[in-house]
Amino acid sequence: MTTLTTILFFGIAYGMILYLISVGLSVTMGLMGFVDLAHGVFAMLGGYATVTFMNRLGVPFLLAVAVGCLLVAALGFVLERMLYRHLYGRSELDQVLFSFGLILVSVAIVRIAWGPLAQPIRLPEYLKGQVRILDLTLPTYRLALVAFGATVIAGLWFIFDRTLFGARIRAAVDNRAMAQSIGINTSRLFAAAFGLGTGLAALGGGLGADILAIAPAYPLQYIVYFLIVVAVGGLGNIKGPFVAALAIGLADTACRYFLPAVGSIFLFAFVFVVLIWRPNGIVERR
Amino acid sequence: MLAVSSLHIDRAAPLSLLPLLKLLPWIAVAGLPLALPGYEPLATQVFVMILFALSLDLLVGYAGIVTLGHAGLFGVGGYTAGILSVHGLTDPIFTAICAMLLAAGTGLIFGVAMLRTKGLTLLMLTMASAFLLYEIANKATGLTGGEDGLQGVSFTPVLGLFAFDFQGKTAFFYSLAALFLAFIFVQALIQSPFGWSLRGIRENDARMVAIGCPIMRRRLIVYVIASALAGLAGALQAQSTQFVALYSLSFELSGNVLIMLILGGSGCLYGAFVGVPIFMFAQDQLAKQDPANWFLGQGIILIAMVMLAPGGVLGVCQRLFAAVAARRRA
Repeated sequence: MTTLTTILFFGIAYGMILYLISVGLSVTMGLMGFVDLAHGVFAMLGGYATVTFMNRLGVPFLLAVAVGCLLVAALGFVLERMLYRHLYGRSELDQVLFSFGLILVSVAIVRIAWGPLAQPIRLPEYLKGQVRILDLTLPTYRLALVAFGATVIAGLWFIFDRTLFGARIRAAVDNRAMAQSIGINTSRLFAAAFGLGTGLAALGGGLGADILAIAPAYPLQYIVYFLIVVAVGGLGNIKGPFVAALAIGLADTACRYFLPAVGSIFLFAFVFVVLIWRPNGIVERR
Repeated sequence: MLAVSSLHIDRAAPLSLLPLLKLLPWIAVAGLPLALPGYEPLATQVFVMILFALSLDLLVGYAGIVTLGHAGLFGVGGYTAGILSVHGLTDPIFTAICAMLLAAGTGLIFGVAMLRTKGLTLLMLTMASAFLLYEIANKATGLTGGEDGLQGVSFTPVLGLFAFDFQGKTAFFYSLAALFLAFIFVQALIQSPFGWSLRGIRENDARMVAIGCPIMRRRLIVYVIASALAGLAGALQAQSTQFVALYSLSFELSGNVLIMLILGGSGCLYGAFVGVPIFMFAQDQLAKQDPANWFLGQGIILIAMVMLAPGGVLGVCQRLFAAVAARRRA
């Protein structure tokens, strides 16, 4: 396999994971106007759930990811009802502090329960090795990631564009008061959207456990990437972050490969340039 | 009638005493080495962090600019002082001034780019700015020592008279003096028309534009000033510990200093003086056993504070006093 296809493939797989984790954040921020730094926590918990089910209970990989995803979505729903919803009208600073507090609590709990070291994930045999398609030899795990990610994303876009639930979310993002006045129960909608977003984050965390290592520092270490995806992609839509996540996945992979001495410096510089050019993200809301 | 006369007494009596009264805590702190010998290095760390949190208060508390990358400027100051000293420029005051200038320059460059944005984008950019600086320091190992930190930092005596000693007495008085000067400056700044215009921008920027206030320029100026003060704090840290670590640029430090400030109370000048000692004492006690305990305690306090007690320790005190006063009046 040539270098270029390697980078392209690794970059796209990485971008898919970034997108799955961040898309919920974009919806949360667009819908509730809530600055949630703690979104990575749910991805981390998805990863821990996957690893634990697999290593301790012998559950197959995909089933472990699915169960983890459902558990974390339920947790997200409960947290939204108990804590988050009391802070929707509050200042940005309060939301930042609250979600930072949530990060610290989760880091501590994970550290106590699983210890400070990264959790290795043992991929099933059918995901190891490589497959040949046409003239290309591709790593199976990343190919499966891209295929699976694409399916989930297609489903998500269908929900968002073609179902009543999606129409309600779009309506509430555009004009919350008006959506409320035509009889949409926005409070329940928020909880459902939050649960969906956290579930997707857990899915990303579990599937990507081999790319973004599952360790207690996870939410602190990767938060900047998730926020970059949302800020560059634009709030409250689900297509902008997709473009942003792929671009960042590709750019970061290419930088690390070609210029290891520079690392992610270029990525951050690039983000600065993009956001100075388009402060509201590449896909602007009308 | 009664109210009017009491007002007069209130105004007349403390006017002559007030400056002296305000100096009292500083004098008391300066006497600390006599009462608690051996605690000078810890106290020095507290002064440095108070200065750092004070510079953050200008942004978060007064100008309403929430930043998650303030450590970037602290680190620029620290590395400037450290690198200059390694290369033979070892006068503490000169290097501290260089650190302030370079941090201010960094703040100016980032500020021009970042302050045009708002909300999430601004938050993200402040965070990315510190990540960018961290990554640069991490990779430029020849200059900064990378992950091992900058070794071999040492400074000549302050003003050519007071050498940095093992007990940390010189560092103690040196950083206390710097903090005092910075405090006087910040106090004057926030009471100036400029300081009041910052509060106006924080409360309602659209209205400030309407009355002809150049808000972009004002925000940029305060960002540069806060950068310089953060750089000074970083330089003091490098000079008192003779070491600069990557931690001084980290997201963790940006978060910690924000927590310290909020714990005390932001936008009231004294928040940093209350929050930093509480934070550092709690950190010392809790992190001794297990870092996880410290994270857990910190997180719970933070969530509880946002949910139940906005305004920090000073905010709670203020409301208690107000409630007592209201009851007395009734």
